Amino acid sequence: MDLTWSPAEQEFRADVAGWLQANVPSEPLPSGDTAAGFALHLEWERKLFDARWAVVSWPEEYGGRSASLWEWLIFEEEYYRAGAPQRVTQNGIFLLAPTIFEFGTPEQQDRYLPTMASGEESWCQGWSEPDAGSDLAGIRSTATRDDAAGGWRLNGQKTWTTRGAFCTHLFGLFRTDPSAERHRGLTYFLVPLDTVGVTVRGFGRLDGDEGFAEVFFEDALVTDDLVLGGIDQGWSVAMATTGSERGLTLRSPGRFMATAERLVALYRERGPDAVDGSLRGRVAQAYIDSEAYRLQTLQTVTRVTGGDPPGVESSLTKVFWSELDVSLHEIALDLLGFEAELESPWMKGFEFALSGPIYAGTNEIQRNVIAERVLGLPRK
Amino acid sequence: MEFGFTEDQLAFRDAVRDLLAKECPPSVVRAAWTNADGRSGGATSGGGAWHALGAMGVLGALVPESAGGLGLSELDVVLLAEETGRAALPEPFVEHVFVGAPLAVDDHPGVVTGDVTVTAGDPLIPWAVSADVVVRLDPDPVIALGTDAKFDAVSSVDGARRLARLVDATESRPLTREELSGAFWRGNLGYAAQLLGLSRQMLDLTVGYTVDRKQFGAAIGSFQAIKHQLANVRVGIEFAAPLVYRAAHSLAADAPDAAVHVSMAKAQTADVAKLAARAALQCHGAIGYSYEYDLHLWMKRAWALAGAWGDAAWHRERVARAILDVK
Repeated sequence: MDLTWSPAEQEFRADVAGWLQANVPSEPLPSGDTAAGFALHLEWERKLFDARWAVVSWPEEYGGRSASLWEWLIFEEEYYRAGAPQRVTQNGIFLLAPTIFEFGTPEQQDRYLPTMASGEESWCQGWSEPDAGSDLAGIRSTATRDDAAGGWRLNGQKTWTTRGAFCTHLFGLFRTDPSAERHRGLTYFLVPLDTVGVTVRGFGRLDGDEGFAEVFFEDALVTDDLVLGGIDQGWSVAMATTGSERGLTLRSPGRFMATAERLVALYRERGPDAVDGSLRGRVAQAYIDSEAYRLQTLQTVTRVTGGDPPGVESSLTKVFWSELDVSLHEIALDLLGFEAELESPWMKGFEFALSGPIYAGTNEIQRNVIAERVLGLPRK
Repeated sequence: MEFGFTEDQLAFRDAVRDLLAKECPPSVVRAAWTNADGRSGGATSGGGAWHALGAMGVLGALVPESAGGLGLSELDVVLLAEETGRAALPEPFVEHVFVGAPLAVDDHPGVVTGDVTVTAGDPLIPWAVSADVVVRLDPDPVIALGTDAKFDAVSSVDGARRLARLVDATESRPLTREELSGAFWRGNLGYAAQLLGLSRQMLDLTVGYTVDRKQFGAAIGSFQAIKHQLANVRVGIEFAAPLVYRAAHSLAADAPDAAVHVSMAKAQTADVAKLAARAALQCHGAIGYSYEYDLHLWMKRAWALAGAWGDAAWHRERVARAILDVK
């Protein structure tokens, strides 16, 4: 066990921190889940990309630095410590990109990765449907072969699509074989949202931002080059993305460490005399949990770096970080007392944190996965 | 950066796991509840598992090589403590290996083999009457000869952990501040590791039972009400273990924050062990509530260790002082 960073890693950290200090906007940007805020966040993404900080773990040819997983962790720690803007490109760079790297053709990689990294094109995830939420395999949207037109006709509806109203592209699952069993017969498509027959309607989330969208498909034509990973292979291709969404890439420890540090600062600012004594233990516990999350990630990265791919354990991680995030914000609101109801980053953050146990597979689904695939309890 | 154990450390753990599987099955734990000294060897002090561990060198693992020990660090032995927790080993393992042996070896070289047993308490001392040397951390930290000491015996919820207060001893010397502090944090690390092992075992027992047990024509482990309780325990273990291993690393490296890291580990493992005990009992139902069934032997060890040498709230307050109070 060696819990120190190498000189090269420390240098990397200093580079990241130095650039962020010089470039992070001094005033927080408006929410990236509004139309105006999204545009400002894309400008920030462009700035990150131009300095090659947008996708540090990607190869140089696509705008990255071929950073190791360790360096990626360092980048994330510094990013959140600096209070830098939310990543509105995350569904592309963290969820879709790993899938394109794994299943995409060289043409698809060259076509989509650079524009995704720069924010020139932005991606939303088209999985959930009105009748397919936790039961994702219940997807009903279809893709039907149209040989005359040389492609596939999409029909159906996606919903709760995060930032769908602001994005240019959607990656989603559509049923190509209606006779196949639930998990089979699905295909993963890359869909430009300006395709004829696609209609996007934004709608509000719990926090009031228009961060959700419904996406309607009426005979929308997508060509064969927009299939990712093969016809009827969509489920296994998509599962490669869920690992990323639940585990390592989407929620790096830096984010919770930064929130825990802010919680500690809030406690100190209010002063022990002004807050209920029982809150001390809760603040300490949340800090311990953020440390536990950081250390568990170091353990995982050690394993992954040693050649052991991340697997079903991502469900353990997802339950833990999502509940930790809720807890960190609940404690902060309790520290704020009667001022908790006032508009503040803590209340806004609390409202957002509440989505964590729901998205990327509800925590109830994750607990089923843990029970069945980690513990070995019977499915039925 | 590398957060993991070496091949040697894992091999040592596997060897101890195999030894305990042979020398300390549940029947030995159960027998310790009713035998003379509460230990693994029946009526004779220092029984089967104890001497087997001694023969392997484990009991003197933290004793310097110059004094006949293995000269290992906390990081090398943390996984061994976890295994003794998994087996609910009825011996003063943490008290001897982590606390007492390094303090007593100069006067009692037999601690290395286990011919001399050391125990330690704060202030309640487990297995005190059968021990040869006793370390008391509180009040008045002393190291005393156990064989000529007077004890007040008290009963633990864990029938194997024969508790006593040290009343008087003719041969004793005070512990230095440094000895006391080192002993206290090393002991807490050992308990945290045992709590982790106890939690893993209670979870494994319960998974096994709920796969076999059928009600309403199905294995009860197929019901979500069972699955989600056990998933929560598994999550708790996943995010307790790295705190324990990091604390071992910090103690071994003499890191300035080592004590706070131990407190984090002890707070987390005390909570997860209690969660595991509760979920295990509930998912077992009435069979788990039966005295003849083994589960309670693990539960009661967990309850005892969760409160020993500072409970979760006490250790959280240590963390709170370190991070919240302006220095």
